[in-house]
Amino acid sequence: MNVIVCVKQIPDPASPGALDPSTNTLKRDGKLILDESDSYGVEMALQLVDAAGGGEVSLISMAPNGEVSGLRTALAMGAAKGILISDPALLGSDALTTAKVLAAAAQRIGGADLIIAATESSDGYTGTVPEQMAEVLGMASVTFAKKVTINGATLEAHRQTEDGYDEVTCQLPAVISVTAGVVEPRYPSFKGIMAAKSKPVEQVTAADLGVTPVGWAGSGQAVVSITQAEARAAGEVIEDDGETFTKIVTFLENLKVI
Amino acid sequence: MSLGYMTDLGMDFAPDDDHLAIIDAVDRVCGGFDDQYWSECDTEHRFPWEFYKVMADGGWVGIAIPEQYGGGGRGITEAALVLNRVAASGAAMNGSTALHLTMFGLNPVVKFGNDRLKDTFLPRAAAGDLHVAFGVTEPDAGTDTGRITTRAVEDGSGGWIITGRKIWTSKALESEVVLLLVRTDHDDTNRLNGLSLFLADLDPRYVDIRPIPKVGRNAVASCEVAYDGLPVEGWRMVGERGRGFQQILHGINPERILLSAMACGIGEVAVRRAVEYAKERIVFDRPIGANQAIAHPLARAHMELGAAYQMMRLAAWKYDNGLNCAEEANTAKYLAAEASYFAADQAVQTLGGLGYATEYHVERYWREARLQRLAPVSQEMTCNFIAQNVLGLPRSY
Ligand SMILES: Cc1cc2nc3c(=O)[nH]c(=O)nc-3n(C[C@H](O)[C@H](O)[C@H](O)COP(=O)(O)OP(=O)(O)OC[C@H]3O[C@@H](n4cnc5c(N)ncnc54)[C@H](O)[C@@H]3O)c2cc1C
Repeated sequence: MNVIVCVKQIPDPASPGALDPSTNTLKRDGKLILDESDSYGVEMALQLVDAAGGGEVSLISMAPNGEVSGLRTALAMGAAKGILISDPALLGSDALTTAKVLAAAAQRIGGADLIIAATESSDGYTGTVPEQMAEVLGMASVTFAKKVTINGATLEAHRQTEDGYDEVTCQLPAVISVTAGVVEPRYPSFKGIMAAKSKPVEQVTAADLGVTPVGWAGSGQAVVSITQAEARAAGEVIEDDGETFTKIVTFLENLKVI
Repeated sequence: MSLGYMTDLGMDFAPDDDHLAIIDAVDRVCGGFDDQYWSECDTEHRFPWEFYKVMADGGWVGIAIPEQYGGGGRGITEAALVLNRVAASGAAMNGSTALHLTMFGLNPVVKFGNDRLKDTFLPRAAAGDLHVAFGVTEPDAGTDTGRITTRAVEDGSGGWIITGRKIWTSKALESEVVLLLVRTDHDDTNRLNGLSLFLADLDPRYVDIRPIPKVGRNAVASCEVAYDGLPVEGWRMVGERGRGFQQILHGINPERILLSAMACGIGEVAVRRAVEYAKERIVFDRPIGANQAIAHPLARAHMELGAAYQMMRLAAWKYDNGLNCAEEANTAKYLAAEASYFAADQAVQTLGGLGYATEYHVERYWREARLQRLAPVSQEMTCNFIAQNVLGLPRSY
């Protein structure tokens, strides 16, 4: 079984990010790392291939400046190869263009039985790329998968809903998006890291994939304005006068948690 | 007189991608083991098996074992980077000394061991499933190694019988084998001759192991070990009979390098904790870090740690390039032990009363950092080495 995982390389969330005032989007010119959200997809892909007893995991990533560090992290986990789409002309791409690019890259790899993406990335997201990709490729789409089993040519998934999960099935090939925490991503290993250095990563442009970049100008979406997140309100301090518990009960009742 | 560290070596300070990857990966692995974990291991005197397993499975424990035995084939530099990050994660000595004997303790076997020893033990060390202890120190022979009295006598059929007492053998409880220095022969002109090295089994039928209650690093016990007629087969002798001390000397510089890497890691986490606290703790309406009496010692600790770290890297680089690194390794060990203890002590001071509370962890670093000034070699003996061998001063003892 062959699986493709879409991995995004994002600015390290541990260091303070900055917005580009002209586009209201995150600056991505520094070093990028593997989005943690995608490490679950990589882990799940490795486990599914393992369970199937054969096949390989390939990666696709679209990132500026030829960035591969995040791809190497995923290769070190055990993926076999990757395609990096890095092209200044793709700056400002909207979700649909991104989906077309990733879909074309998936075809360049030769397709797969399953394509996995995160439900959304951690840095800036619309949460729609995996579904659009499925549409472009004409494949089934399952979103918010939290448990996935492959049974022959059928995929069975538990799909996270607000109050539980749906059991859904579809035929392969399919595109699924997986939620964070579905599996425990493996720890990096020394041998994995060293092996990753010599695994092939093909770097391509939009033209190589036959996709027409639309840039900022042609983007179907724009961030029109940004506002500061509301500061956390100061808590309420209750003096203990012996009747504190009633105040706490009222407080919790008002929150409708009891 | 050669002031090694003042010589222009033409070192390349450019970042090395492999090293960055090792640092990043070990930081991530250690991120899975939080302060609570280490605090509990220490309080409950529990060996950090879960952590050890993850480090072994990831190939980090075997990183410096030659590739032909299944190890990572890297040098002391990479081993030092791993242990530095382990210590800096907050695992401190409890984490790093759980690993380091398997990582580098078998160096004399790699260098001097016969093929059977290497083929039998190195693949298991590379996989991380062989725990090794190191038995040199005795109740009456610490610094003065030539006085050890544990002896091996020939059993008449090619093997040996070992009898004697060792003290402070770290990890003896968990280890299957011990690299043991014993007397096999006598040379009246030099007590350091006539010692031999064995990789012996810690067979409970002949070996009695008792942990020594101690100040810190309590996840890894150090023990009194009595050997009562322990039989050892002939092929378990490492290298040449009577040359055990000289063979151990080969491993002494790398050990100092690793110890300084760990010490720098403890200092780093101590400073990090202290700085975080100094920014947030408000006393007299301002953060305590605004007082130079708090800020300057932390700045000093940071600088001293930086100097020690660079000296450690220089020593490691020289070792890995086959150059004599004795001066740098000793200097690094001395500087790192001082810097790390100062940093940990200042972290306790910065946290005030809470610095003394187990819950805030810096007291644990402080207890562990104290050890570096004593073992495996004391600061005094390090100074003796530099005074005699670098400065050419007369031997004082
Ligand atoms: C937690 C811990 C773990 C250890 N683990 C191991 C282990 O795994 N294996 C092992 O073999 N050993 C181990 N040791 C032992 C350690 O290596 C020795 O404690 C150390 O070498 C010092 O020896 P000593 O304790 O006998 O001190 P001594 O030799 O009795 O010295 C006592 C003091 O006198 C000073 N001194 C002695 N001679 C001189 C001199 N000429 N000039 C100036 N000062 C001098 C020393 O520096 C020291 O401060 C461990 C020790 C500890 C505390």
